[in-house]
Amino acid sequence: MQNLDTAFSALADPTRRAILARLALGEATVMELANPFEMTQPAVSRHLKVLEGAGLIVRRVEGTKRPCRLAPNGIAAVDQWLAMLREALAQNYNRLDEVLAAMQPETGKDMP
Amino acid sequence: MSKMTLTIEGDTHVVITRRFAASPEAVYRAHTEPSLIQKWLLGPDGWTMPVCVNEARPGGTIRYEWTDGKGGGFHLTGEYLELVPFGRIVHLERMHLPDPTPDNRVETRFEQEAAGTLMTMRMTLPNAETRAAMLATGMEHGMEASYVRLESMI
Repeated sequence: MQNLDTAFSALADPTRRAILARLALGEATVMELANPFEMTQPAVSRHLKVLEGAGLIVRRVEGTKRPCRLAPNGIAAVDQWLAMLREALAQNYNRLDEVLAAMQPETGKDMP
Repeated sequence: MSKMTLTIEGDTHVVITRRFAASPEAVYRAHTEPSLIQKWLLGPDGWTMPVCVNEARPGGTIRYEWTDGKGGGFHLTGEYLELVPFGRIVHLERMHLPDPTPDNRVETRFEQEAAGTLMTMRMTLPNAETRAAMLATGMEHGMEASYVRLESMI
C-alpha cells in the first residue's frame, strides 16, 4: 500500500471494515451500502471518502451514481482479514484435536 | 499444513471443512456435549465459556456464553432442527452483540473418511449483507487476537 498509515487509520473503524466486507462481494452504490448499515447516505459517503483516500476502494461515474468497488489493495486487506478469521477458527479446531485425542481411550466405554 | 478450509458460496453461504483423526461419533459428541464443547469452542487465547447449554434433540436449546475474563463477552443462542446421531446436525444460531444478528442456519455433516472424519459445516445467511456483516464480525475477533499477539511482541 502506498500510504500504510492512511490505510490503517481507514481500517480502524468497524463500519468501514464492514463496508469493505460488503464490497468484497461486489460493486455497490452509496444507497445499497446505506441500507444494511442503517446509515444515512451522507454518513456512508464520508466513510467512502476516507476509504477512497486510503486507496482501498475506487469509484466510477455512471450517470448520477458513483458505484464503488474494492481496489486491489482493498482486496488484499480483506483477504488478510479472512486469513485472520481462518486462524481464529483453526485455533478452535486445533484445540478440538486435543480433546478428541483425549477421548480416544474412552471409545467403546459404553460397550459391555 | 492447513487442514481447514473456509469458502463463500453463492450469495448467502459460508462453507467450512475440517478433517479430524477421530471417529464421526467422537467428533459429533465433541459438538453436542457441553463438557467437551467448553474445552475447545473458545476463540482467541484467554477466552472461556462459563455457560454452555446444549440440548441435542430436535427443538432443543443452545446457549453459549463467552467471556475474556476482563469484563468483555458475548453470547450465542440457537435451536436444534434435526439431528442424525454421529452424522448430521441442523441448527439455527444467532450472536447477541448485544442485539441479535439475523438467524444463521447451520448444517454440519460428519463423514467417515479413511481412519478419520471429514466435517463439513454449511452456513446459510438470510442475505448477502448479513453474510458480509458476519464475516466482518469474525474478522473483528480475529483481528483482536492478532492485535493482542502484536502487543505482546512490541
